[in-house]
Amino acid sequence: MDKEVLIEVNKVKKTFKSLVAVNDVSFKVNAGEYLALLGPNGAGKTTLIEMIEGIQKQDSGDILIQGKSWKGNAEKLHRVMGISLQETHFIDRNSVEETLNLFSSFYGLPQSRSQEILEVVGLEAKRKTYVNHLSGGQRQKLALGIALLNNPRVLLLDEPTTGLDPNARREIWNLLEKLKQTSKTAMILTTHYMEEAEYLCDRIIIMNKGSFLAEGTLPQLIKSYGDGEIIHFTVNKPFKESLKSLPSVRNVFWEDKGTKGKLVVTDITDTLPHLLALIAQEKLKLLELESRKVTLEDLFISLTGKALNE
Amino acid sequence: MNNSFLQLVFLQFRSFYREPAILFWAIGFPIIMAGVLGIAFSNKEIKRKVMILGSTDSASFEKVLGADIGMPSRFTFIYGTKRQAELGIKRGEIQLYFLPSSDRITFFLDPTNTEAQNTYLVLEREFRRDNKVTKKIVVQPLTSQGTRYIDFLIPGLIALGILNSCVWGISWTLINYRIKKLLRRMIATPMKKSYFFLAQFSARIFITIAEAVILFLFAAIFFKVQITGSILALIMVFLCGVISFSGLAILVSSKTANTEVANGLINAVTLPMMILSGIFFSYQNFPEWLIPIIKVLPLTMLADAFRSIFVEGAGIKEILLPSLILLLEGIAFYWIARKIYKWS
Repeated sequence: MDKEVLIEVNKVKKTFKSLVAVNDVSFKVNAGEYLALLGPNGAGKTTLIEMIEGIQKQDSGDILIQGKSWKGNAEKLHRVMGISLQETHFIDRNSVEETLNLFSSFYGLPQSRSQEILEVVGLEAKRKTYVNHLSGGQRQKLALGIALLNNPRVLLLDEPTTGLDPNARREIWNLLEKLKQTSKTAMILTTHYMEEAEYLCDRIIIMNKGSFLAEGTLPQLIKSYGDGEIIHFTVNKPFKESLKSLPSVRNVFWEDKGTKGKLVVTDITDTLPHLLALIAQEKLKLLELESRKVTLEDLFISLTGKALNE
Repeated sequence: MNNSFLQLVFLQFRSFYREPAILFWAIGFPIIMAGVLGIAFSNKEIKRKVMILGSTDSASFEKVLGADIGMPSRFTFIYGTKRQAELGIKRGEIQLYFLPSSDRITFFLDPTNTEAQNTYLVLEREFRRDNKVTKKIVVQPLTSQGTRYIDFLIPGLIALGILNSCVWGISWTLINYRIKKLLRRMIATPMKKSYFFLAQFSARIFITIAEAVILFLFAAIFFKVQITGSILALIMVFLCGVISFSGLAILVSSKTANTEVANGLINAVTLPMMILSGIFFSYQNFPEWLIPIIKVLPLTMLADAFRSIFVEGAGIKEILLPSLILLLEGIAFYWIARKIYKWS
């Protein structure tokens, strides 16, 4: 039963006037699986996730949660679903505890559930604090706590860590990781942080301008880009000779009129001595040199021609 | 040159004229109001209804004074008994009444009511002009309960309080929820939508009762304002009033997610009623064609019903019809609101 499909999106399309926000996308999420929708702002992530949440309606295609569509099943689906919206404000001058009690009442849950959630998200010390006095990270923890009140089978989080500092982000990640170990919740998370998708999710879908560009586990995606390494360098003058002919170089990208470059290589130990030799031979001065593994960001740039956070 | 003072000024202008809704509420709405009120008050003559105690033949003042007295005011003289006259004052139908006798004319009016004062002054001037009337003129202030301006004002203010409390309290809260995307978050749970609205209304009953009781106690202690009619009737029409205005408030909140538009909408609902419904001065001064419309406005209906209970001693029988109409209006407003309500 591990492979129970909880979310099924089939050829879903949504258009706003002339803008195609979500263009004919399909995917499935199994129980216990965490899926990331990774893409820049305006990629259509929120529209897609809000259609799964039942807040927006698709123009065409099907969305099934536990095999049920929203039509006629809204009440049932709300009960198995936990969501956190991109921006969540709560009602000013209500405490954390009061807010949790309000939302647990919607699910017919006792107030003791609020207490459990306070512990789960680590807001016990803030229980009496007015929600408008919470920090961004605490507010997101509260939003996540509300999403978890009903022990959802399906968890949909829209940019849960956007705008948070690294510490707060790490705390949210830990919460979600713990949840993954203790439940079989299926989660979809939208983000434009590559590390978040890498760290939390089993599967990543890269989305841009309403379409899916790539899909798979992190190793699969990296492999689709071509396993390998990256060399960044800056020299004082442009090279005369092409770098393409250096050993194991697969691709060359230039910035700044031929003085700042990026090499995609199969094996860095093959390429580097030759690159340095060429620099010496052409009497150039090496200003910067850095090498690293291929990341999702490289894949994203190669797919879209721009960086994720641009 | 890029002057920061000018930039800051332009900033204000831009946010003003680039929001069509603000333009409407800031410019269009006042013009419409001016138009409506202008039509309402464009009668060249001001109607002044005066009651004379006695029968028609006891003295025909219209004959004595001539048809064109007091222009631009137009006087209408009605003849009636002291009881009718007092009721007329309580309802704001007449401003004063007088009793002619062999050696004097005694005016009865509330000295704190400026309209009554004006009417008295114009009338006195007419009497004295060309010595048409040479009798002594005496003024007897009306200070008995139920005939004073405060007796007219307090029930109306309580009704207005309910309107403001509902429309500002409910509409403003709900529109804010929408702006903060809380409505969107709430409907993503199994929350019952009917509970959501019922809660708004239920809380509002307690709040408006508290507000009304405080205002009434103040008026009772300092101005000896009394409720002469049935308390049960008062409770009944009060509840129907809250239902009506809550429905209206939910309807007002049903679409917008913009604070300026919300502000404008709320004012558009409350201001005309505040002016037309005879809260501060009697609506009898409006043109006759407008009065039937004014009378079916929810605020007029509630204020009139309150007034009849406070000063005329009305019971359940008298307020049954307005209560029913208020109730139906409330249900209709709520029904429409639910049909068009925007949650996200």
